[in-house]
Amino acid sequence: MAVDISRVSGPALVRGPARRRTSFVSGLARWWRGSAATVVFLLPMLLVFGLFSWWPIARTVVMSLQETNLVGPAAWVGLDNFRTVLSDPLLPVALRNTAVFAAIAFVFGYPIPLVMAVVFSSLRKLRGLYACLAYLPVVVPPAVAVLLWKTFYDAGSGGVFNTVLGWVGLGPVPWLESADWVLPSLVMEATWAAAGGTVIIYLAALTTVPQELYDAASADGAGVLGKVWHVTLPHLRPVLLITLILQIIGTAQVFLEPYLFTGGGPSHASLTLLLLIYEYAFGSTTGGGDYGPATALSLMMAVGLALLSWIYFRLTRGWSD
Amino acid sequence: MSFVSSLDRRRTSVRWGLRGVQAAMLLALVVVCLGPLLWLAKSAVTPTQDTLRSPISLWPNGPDLSIVTQAWTELGLSAYLVNTVVIAAGSWAVQVLVATTAGYALSVLRPRFGRIIYAAVLATMFVPIVLLLVPLYLTVLSLPVVHWSLVGTYAGAFLPAGASAFNVVIMKRFFDSLPREILDAARIDGAGPYRLFWSVVLPMSRPVLGVVSVFAVLAAWKDFIWPLIVLPDPAKQPIAVRLPSIAPTTDLSVLLAAMAISAALPILFFLLFQRLFLHSEGLEGAVKG
Repeated sequence: MAVDISRVSGPALVRGPARRRTSFVSGLARWWRGSAATVVFLLPMLLVFGLFSWWPIARTVVMSLQETNLVGPAAWVGLDNFRTVLSDPLLPVALRNTAVFAAIAFVFGYPIPLVMAVVFSSLRKLRGLYACLAYLPVVVPPAVAVLLWKTFYDAGSGGVFNTVLGWVGLGPVPWLESADWVLPSLVMEATWAAAGGTVIIYLAALTTVPQELYDAASADGAGVLGKVWHVTLPHLRPVLLITLILQIIGTAQVFLEPYLFTGGGPSHASLTLLLLIYEYAFGSTTGGGDYGPATALSLMMAVGLALLSWIYFRLTRGWSD
Repeated sequence: MSFVSSLDRRRTSVRWGLRGVQAAMLLALVVVCLGPLLWLAKSAVTPTQDTLRSPISLWPNGPDLSIVTQAWTELGLSAYLVNTVVIAAGSWAVQVLVATTAGYALSVLRPRFGRIIYAAVLATMFVPIVLLLVPLYLTVLSLPVVHWSLVGTYAGAFLPAGASAFNVVIMKRFFDSLPREILDAARIDGAGPYRLFWSVVLPMSRPVLGVVSVFAVLAAWKDFIWPLIVLPDPAKQPIAVRLPSIAPTTDLSVLLAAMAISAALPILFFLLFQRLFLHSEGLEGAVKG
């Protein structure tokens, strides 16, 4: 900024010594006004990020080593919170459920948006209509979506899915009541709610495929499927790699579905890691207020996810080109 | 810009195969994506007994529009909708304020420590939200230095939304792409940093401001866990937080009507601004990192 201004006032400098001094003073004044302005413009971000991002992140590390009841001063307890969490019999249950949820979401939820985007991009007309329909579930508030699917999953006579299954002589399926069905049921709703967002990302990436590549593949005798396989998918690979790790990080933090569908039941079959953190801190069954264990588990999860992403990016580094 | 060339389309097998796949996809989209919402709309005006007895059929005893008015008045939805609008508006304002000023400072003013600050903003993108939940709550419960509590206030619900690294990245990248000659010309004409921001940079940023705005409003409308934690008083809760708590004690048809009302507004919002949602080049750039 200062450099730009001196360049602007440059022609004034050649006029003479007296002129130079005023120019220097006013230049200094302008420089000061300039950097004051910089501070003014940075202030909203520094305040908001400082208060609601940087400070809480730093605080997590401190709090995981403390015991606090919010009334008296916090006491240092060393690694006690970590020991409490690691010896909680619910931790392996939550870890397993979260991993199973992420795995099912990967198997079913990951290919669907890709297939949708590829089919959409083959359209010459109506692509907007397809994209619009696909995006609709994304804009439904998640709480409404879960309540709606809850009536669909109802095991009673009013359950929409069981009614439909009944027409073809199947079911009734205990969607949310059985420990075997509950996680797939939650994944199904979560995939419905999220797929549209990923489709839009893929569609945007697909528009950047150079037409010459397709023409060259055609000239080499490639059919439609050949071009999808040899041109489209390789071109999407960098985006696919990012959406995959984002999906894993996202599903590892699944909270809303188990919280609203089942509260973690039946008998902890849908208890996830984030739900366990919520239970420690704010839960009604345990009384909540265990902020130490809650932050200790958050910290372990964050470190775990960071490690996972790091390993992932190391492993896939060569695959992007 | 497609893997299907006009030569391919001339082949009958390709043309019909493609049409088949596209038609099947459209059918699937209508049934899977639109179907549940149409069912919700239908059930919002269907008496509970009819919905329970034959959930798929269309109004065995005719639609009953009074259910919607019943939901509106008995559940006091207007108050919760006002809460939602206040939180969404606040969330939008703080996100746009932080993103535009920070993007401008980092891209155009370029302070000496800009790179370090930008790196600190970027770093928060890699911190899982889970890590923040509890310490963020305790921070909002008692702000550092001043020790004010924002728990139970709208500000507590929407201010943290401003700390979106994603927005700052989008804005900074957009400002980076503005032609420097225009900014320099404005400076030579005597525009100071404030005037440059307000009269030159912001008017040029309408497209990206639109994208950031619609996503900010939608995210605030959809948010559940944070307002649930920070607004314990039901009278201040947004509609999305309120619905699950009233669900167990509310008649099914009335609940479904309330859900339909709560979903209708964001859907309308999306249909109005669908270009910004579906063609957001700014987002594409940010995702590609």
